[in-house]
Amino acid sequence: MTTDLKLYQIGTFAAGNRLLDPDERSVQADPGRANAITSGHRACQGCGEALGARFVLDAAIRAAGGDIVTANATGCLEVFSTPYPESAWQLAWVHSLFGNVAAVASGIAAALKAQGREHVRVVAQAGDGGTVDIGLGCLSGMFERNDDVLFVCYDNQGYMNTGVQRSGATPPAARTATTKPVGAEPGNVFGQGKDLPRIAMAHEIPYVATATVADLRDLERKVEKAMSMHGARYLHVLVPCPLGWASASQDTIRLARLATQSGLFPVFEAEHGVVTATTPIRQRVPVEDYLVLQGRFSHLFGEHGRPDVVARIQAGADHNIARYALAPDPEVVPHD
Amino acid sequence: MLRQVEGSRAVADAVARCRPQVIAAYPISPQTHIVEALSDLVRTGELAPCEYLMVESEFGALSACIGASAAGARAYTATASQGLLFMAEAIPNASGLGLPVVMTVANRAIGAPINIWNDHSDAMSQRDAGWIQLFAESNQEAVDLHVQAFVLAERLSLPVMVCMDGFVLTHAVEEVDVPEQDVVDSLLPPFVPRQVLDPAAPVTIGAMVGPEAFTEVKYLAAVQQLRALEEIPVVAEEFTRATGRTSGGLVSRYRTDDAETVVVAMGSVLGSVKDVVDELREDGVRIGAVTVTCFRPWPTDEVREALAGVERVIVLNRAFSVGSGTMLGQDVRLTLTTRAPSPATVPAPATVVHDVVAGLGGRPVTRDSIRALVAAVLGGEVDPDRLHFLDLDRSLLEGEDLTPAAKDAR
Repeated sequence: MTTDLKLYQIGTFAAGNRLLDPDERSVQADPGRANAITSGHRACQGCGEALGARFVLDAAIRAAGGDIVTANATGCLEVFSTPYPESAWQLAWVHSLFGNVAAVASGIAAALKAQGREHVRVVAQAGDGGTVDIGLGCLSGMFERNDDVLFVCYDNQGYMNTGVQRSGATPPAARTATTKPVGAEPGNVFGQGKDLPRIAMAHEIPYVATATVADLRDLERKVEKAMSMHGARYLHVLVPCPLGWASASQDTIRLARLATQSGLFPVFEAEHGVVTATTPIRQRVPVEDYLVLQGRFSHLFGEHGRPDVVARIQAGADHNIARYALAPDPEVVPHD
Repeated sequence: MLRQVEGSRAVADAVARCRPQVIAAYPISPQTHIVEALSDLVRTGELAPCEYLMVESEFGALSACIGASAAGARAYTATASQGLLFMAEAIPNASGLGLPVVMTVANRAIGAPINIWNDHSDAMSQRDAGWIQLFAESNQEAVDLHVQAFVLAERLSLPVMVCMDGFVLTHAVEEVDVPEQDVVDSLLPPFVPRQVLDPAAPVTIGAMVGPEAFTEVKYLAAVQQLRALEEIPVVAEEFTRATGRTSGGLVSRYRTDDAETVVVAMGSVLGSVKDVVDELREDGVRIGAVTVTCFRPWPTDEVREALAGVERVIVLNRAFSVGSGTMLGQDVRLTLTTRAPSPATVPAPATVVHDVVAGLGGRPVTRDSIRALVAAVLGGEVDPDRLHFLDLDRSLLEGEDLTPAAKDAR
């Protein structure tokens, strides 16, 4: 069987695993996969975070030969997976607090080193609030000490667990419970928020990557790459949230893909502070295609729509595309 | 071996002989000399295997200890004052998860106004967090309590705070014996965690518990903490057998046998208190002192027994609860007003408790002040129904806009 199949050849991002050599198949295609987060948990239908966490951890477990321990920040992932006396985790898992998961993971890594058990690898998981806001101090400390931890941020762009409030990762104009679409500047403000992958890169850690749940093979590959390295590694995964984004459950993958294809979410890798690879946009779309599917942007459309705000969002996407050279053609495919 | 050594250095040596595998450190006065010395010991390889994490905050320090302990490593950190408050969210988390972390608190005041000197406001603020809290009276006891703390913590799967007065003890140079390595090893076996993060036997630690079981989880925590009241004397006895030295325990008494008046306190102030007891005894005053070494869990029976038959108690507090009384004083008062398990230990019904705030923010509690306080109490000049502030400098209060109650208190 050939191994140089073009995964994109059929116009979708999917590729039949049975067409590939066993080595090329996804972790999830393996009936012996770890299934780190098993069924029966209480995530919402269409939850991007639950999907992302399963792919990340199963790939990490395979890469580490099963020797994984994980620390989890407070947040949706923690709440929906561990309502006592149930647990969806089929791996060693600890939850301490909201803002300290990076430090907890550093402590675990230090313990394993002192015990001579360095073959056991550490993965820390948090949502965007636990990463870019309340957890940033501990995370920055973990980065600068280059502790042997893979930190995964599942970014759903807001505090969804507490009822959809704005976080430092909420995009401009988005409606949240604390950025309502009222007043002259509806939704979240422009010009704020944190670009955590770039903040991570500024620490010059061995590996930084972004990924989405639209391209799960890419996500698995990046986890495997991260696990092949030591030191502080950071993976930022865009995980659409039907509840917080007011989107249809079946649109989770579609929205993640539109986020990348519009340029709003650049997909790239960086090593020691330098971008080493980007995922080019295959089929560029206007940001409107992405925004219009989400109730959190509904105030930008319709009779009282705000094309001026949509244009500002488009400018942000264009900036990303230029910054990471994501598309050779600057022209946006017209929306019809 | 006795040697002339700074308290912090002696504590660092004692901690090192307890073989911590992970130390997380963040600087704050007056605990810095402890973690500086430990840093030297790790860098030179004298303390190995041990990972020394220089974290970004006290919150990170205790969090790293939580992770390390959950991974089955013996973990240690030290802090004081604002640092203890900065890690406050993680403090009940460590105890709630049953992780036997040992932490030194070099007791220091809490601001504002900012003040780096000694009192007990920091440790008192965390008295309800589910940690065992031990208070050292001297540097020798501080050293000894650290060894005992690791033993206790790991036997009970509970974290222990060893409190030692900032500067007064941490920076004082005096003769101290740090138990030799073989002695410490005989007291403290390798850490066997109750539960551990292990890929071969995965567990979920830190699940979410709702109303259906939360009370029961907390009840078990309360029962577990009270077990320390049985275990602390056992560990102290084992320590005495191994070293020939009496250290630790729950409560200790000094010349209380026929005492009508007893001073209750914690920490280094007991040195001066005992001197005053000796002086007043020579004058025929029937006075004694009670040291509370274990503040949490509160040793109700032992305190009640120590104060049985006493006419009056003077509680010297190095902290207070603004708008109420004091923490130590209220525990003493409650102990004296609740029913004893047996009639033999029933205190005199008329035991009067004088709640006194002393030595805040590093103000020395001198023998003269203590003697004057006792004289005032015996002379009926101190109202037991009001919180009394020792050595209040009224000249500094002139012109201040005090409330009527405060004016009345003058």
